[in-house]
Amino acid sequence: MVGSFIFVPILLLMIVNVLSFSHKSKLHNILFGFGLLTALAQIALVLWPNKNFWQLTANYQFNVIKFNLAADNLTLVMLLAIGLVGLIALIVARGLINDVDQEYNFTNLWFIALTGMNGLVLATDIFSLYVFIEITAVASFILIALTKERDALEGAFKYVIFSSFATVLMLAAIALLVFFAGDTSFAAIANAIKANPGNSLILMGLILYLLSVFIKSGLIPFHGWLPDAYSAAPAITSIFIAGIVTKVVGIYPLIRFVQLTGTLADPLRNILLLVGGTSIVIAALSALGQTNFKRLLAYSSISQMGYIVLGLAAGSALGLAGAILHIFNHAVFKSLLFINAAAVEKQTGTLDIDKMGGLAEKMPYTGATSAIASLSTAGIPPLSGFWSKLLIIIALWNAQLYFYATVAVLASLLTLGYMLTLQRKVFFGQLENAFYETKEAGWQLVLPSLLLAGIILGLGLGFPWLINTWLIPIGKIL
Amino acid sequence: MRLGNLEIEIIIALFLVLTALWTVMARSLLRAAIGLALTSAMLTVMMYKLNAPLAAVFELSVCSGLISVIFITTISLTQPLTWAEIYEHERERLSRFRPLPFIILLLGLFFWLVKVDLALPTVVAEKVTDVRVVLWSLRQLDLVGQIICLLAGAFGVTILFKAWRGK
Repeated sequence: MVGSFIFVPILLLMIVNVLSFSHKSKLHNILFGFGLLTALAQIALVLWPNKNFWQLTANYQFNVIKFNLAADNLTLVMLLAIGLVGLIALIVARGLINDVDQEYNFTNLWFIALTGMNGLVLATDIFSLYVFIEITAVASFILIALTKERDALEGAFKYVIFSSFATVLMLAAIALLVFFAGDTSFAAIANAIKANPGNSLILMGLILYLLSVFIKSGLIPFHGWLPDAYSAAPAITSIFIAGIVTKVVGIYPLIRFVQLTGTLADPLRNILLLVGGTSIVIAALSALGQTNFKRLLAYSSISQMGYIVLGLAAGSALGLAGAILHIFNHAVFKSLLFINAAAVEKQTGTLDIDKMGGLAEKMPYTGATSAIASLSTAGIPPLSGFWSKLLIIIALWNAQLYFYATVAVLASLLTLGYMLTLQRKVFFGQLENAFYETKEAGWQLVLPSLLLAGIILGLGLGFPWLINTWLIPIGKIL
Repeated sequence: MRLGNLEIEIIIALFLVLTALWTVMARSLLRAAIGLALTSAMLTVMMYKLNAPLAAVFELSVCSGLISVIFITTISLTQPLTWAEIYEHERERLSRFRPLPFIILLLGLFFWLVKVDLALPTVVAEKVTDVRVVLWSLRQLDLVGQIICLLAGAFGVTILFKAWRGK
């Protein structure tokens, strides 16, 4: 039945598009309704799991479909994050996109991206993983270029070029690994890695795979596409891509990599530590110098993904649990911050933070939720971001990686620095005359912001429950 | 003179490089699309020679056939460049590709002379030759994935290029 995560979205999409004799706006309302139901069902299936649903494989569906899909606890967290951010993006799109055609196009691509991401996290085979990465990437290219404005097309083009290069590396990695495994399943590859310790060709395959996912994640020094794509994309695309797509396409395959390799060989661990540590520091320093709201958030995203990589490099159940919690947290607070940026841009017409000031007075919900998301990003207790960073830092310390643990702690101060600067320049201080008439953005933006802020607070306060029921069991997949 | 296997493979590889170069250096998008189809065709022959008939069939049908159709459809939806624009494009962008053939030749020569022994394990050529088993049992999920990928491409063409005609 888990195959429904792939089949249902694509079938609904096709049904609505086949019915294209109807009026576009009516058709779009149907598609939007289907989208809401799909995302809500996905969230419900994860939060209230039904044993029959998760245990039955797709083999039983029509006796012709034989998919090798599987869901462990990591998959469940990813499906939850995909459903949540997907739901939020769909609602926010209603408030941000005025053109019916464009909104309809967005929803179509949303369905394809959702299918791609669901397939990716359910795949048990490295080639299927690659196929679903490509589906998500193709939908993302088009989503970035959706408005067909020059900057958006440039951002999309950069993403295409970087992504194609990453694809070549991944295919080369798969080819090398399959040489030894004789099969593309994760299990066969894991066995081949264990059976050939120290084999230089397997190591080369693993390094190529790592480079590929580093590019897809936009980690430093492979981040050339990310700030441009995030800042040039339409506001709704930024929310969706920064919120979830990059994590599913880049970070999730990295976690599976760590799972496949078991105990990380020293060269691989050193690569992860170096890339993770560099990303945290360099991206945080770059964020300090930004004046464009979305560009600042883009660099902040790179920095936060560095924490996830460090958590994985720790090579322990605790580190993995911290990394996965940080993926979920990052999906929530980064989506919220991008919604805040979209609300500010919509109401003021600018993203230049130097031209803003005092907006919290006119946009109280946006201001308050933005403060919560910023503090969570910086790892201030008791917000959810604090706990994930704490787990990662403790895991690094336990693994005797004292230098990287210190880097992670100190970089949190940098994060606090640029996030507080952002808050001060945009929401606090003297209200600029130009924004005297500014009002709060519509409910389509306010409601999702409140929901996400509630999740940040709820996860932070409910952490003792969360760590025992979800996180520690996930860490045991190692 | 009867050509040996190695000579035939070298000739195919040479044609593959030439058609690939033609693809990236072609003056018009249409020619580039045709070049890509030819490159795929060369790759098909190479795959067949390397004892991978199924991969060859897919390369020919999907890359050389289907993808080319999508490219050509897309191109037909966009406005062609004027000769002045083509000249400008060639002057600014294509000049950087000129060293490319020499680099490829030098690399080929290097690997030919150095004879790097990669010590790869012996690969068993495609064990299952029945296309039905491969498609409907082994790679069913990937097949569905490919269809969704093509669907995404079709949406991309419609969304990004359709409105450009006439602008």
